[in-house]
Amino acid sequence: MIAVENLHVTFNPGTPLERKALRGVNITLNDGEFVTVIGSNGAGKSTLLGAIAGDVSPQKGVIRIGVDDVTKEKPSVRAKRVARVFQDPLAGSCAALSIEENLALAAMRGSRRGIRSALQGSRRSLLRDRVAELGLNLENRMGDRMGLLSGGQRQALSLVMATLADAKVLLLDEHTAALDPGMAEFVANLTERLVGQHGLTTLMVTHSMRQALDHGTRTVMLHEGQIVLDITGERRHTMAVDDLVEMFRRVRGGAELDDDALRIG
Amino acid sequence: MSAIAFWGAVELGLIFGFVALGVFLAFRVLDFPDLTVDGSFPLGAATAAVAITAGVDPWTSLVIAAACGAACGLVTAFLNVRFGILNLLASILTMIALFSINLRVMGRPNMSLLNRDTVVSPFYDLGLPDHIVRPVVLLVLIIIAVLLLARFLTSDFGLAMRAAGANPRMAQANGVNVGRQIYVGMAISNGLTGLAGALFAQIAGFADVTSGVGTIVVGLASVIVGETLFRSRSMLIALFACVIGSVIYRVAVQLALSADFLFLKASDLNLVTAVLVTLALILPKLRARRRAAQ
Repeated sequence: MIAVENLHVTFNPGTPLERKALRGVNITLNDGEFVTVIGSNGAGKSTLLGAIAGDVSPQKGVIRIGVDDVTKEKPSVRAKRVARVFQDPLAGSCAALSIEENLALAAMRGSRRGIRSALQGSRRSLLRDRVAELGLNLENRMGDRMGLLSGGQRQALSLVMATLADAKVLLLDEHTAALDPGMAEFVANLTERLVGQHGLTTLMVTHSMRQALDHGTRTVMLHEGQIVLDITGERRHTMAVDDLVEMFRRVRGGAELDDDALRIG
Repeated sequence: MSAIAFWGAVELGLIFGFVALGVFLAFRVLDFPDLTVDGSFPLGAATAAVAITAGVDPWTSLVIAAACGAACGLVTAFLNVRFGILNLLASILTMIALFSINLRVMGRPNMSLLNRDTVVSPFYDLGLPDHIVRPVVLLVLIIIAVLLLARFLTSDFGLAMRAAGANPRMAQANGVNVGRQIYVGMAISNGLTGLAGALFAQIAGFADVTSGVGTIVVGLASVIVGETLFRSRSMLIALFACVIGSVIYRVAVQLALSADFLFLKASDLNLVTAVLVTLALILPKLRARRRAAQ
């Protein structure tokens, strides 16, 4: 279970650049729940993920994973329970390291790193098998530098990396936004499969209403730093993209949707 | 260039090979532009000189020098990690402070170690000429250092260090404590440099507070020469390349100085070094631009 209670985040407090990114967010995710998060630019989606991951420290509020209060934990400590995939495919892996080195690094997330060789035989074959499951023919390129791969390939591998070591929570920050449509769908489906396989409690930020409804078990909408919509179960199941757009418009006080703010498709 | 001058250059190249390994670790692995080495090299020389003069065994003096060098690296890392001082500036602060500290350690600007026992002394009686014995002993030492360092950098911990330097955000998301990696990496880097300083003092027969000037440039030159000659994914080869780069650099400088038609004097060394490093930095860019233009 993961619980966010009355979370407030303000950037540059007390300066002319002050911006209230989150104003009292409350949300509880049950184990295995897969929540998609939508909202316009600046609604606080990425800030919420950043706060759960530990990159952003909140002024007020509590974040709990299981029974533990992790609000003050550093990101590198929290990584034991929190796995992440970033929006930028280049951000989630090391271009200078090989595919298998990146995976070996991720496999040790949350474990104590010693001076054992990172690429011993048994681990190599395990990593190779996990990459082979992707069906992207990358298992024969394990020694290649990550920088040689396409954004989509890197993002698919980032997902595998996020699920190599045990985690309680998976945070996905628009991880398909930078990919071409075909690859975006591949990665989205891969996400669904891996989340199911590993029983991860997942928060996925997306710009696409379609994706928000097609994937996961629950959808929340953020607006100006607050959760304004939270749908699940039957209601969500029968909801069409148009209904969601209509709700979104109402929340924004009737303002027209600009393409920049949200993609419908 | 005489045979003795050649082997002298190789010897110096091998000593500065340890510096090259340290610079590789700081600049390439951690992406930490570290000028501390300009202070930790003469500190290594100073502590070894003082220790040997006080009757300490030459091998023990190497350990002391490496430990003192490592401590310098920790100070720079502390300034950077704990207080967020820009990495380059943090290292300059340590370097400047070390100039005074080195004078304190020796109590005077330079010390002679002539006729003292060194780590090489026991090997002089084995029948080889002295100017060959020194490079051979140094070669064995640096091969050990390279093997250990390569093993370290391909371990789980070393991999985390490489990630911390290449992509700190990703490293952190994978549970790597980036600050701790900087501490450990900087300690090893400057420990190697301190060791080089101690070897230099023993073999050259003196320690001098000004001997550290330009250490970083020489180290960087070696790394660049090595990278240009050996492009490889293997960590072991990349590390050996640094050492070979250091030796090639020294031999090249020796050649330039001994070529009469160039009218160069030994005091022109720093100028020659700066020109060589500048060329090494510019040439790959020019080549890339020409390739892009085609």
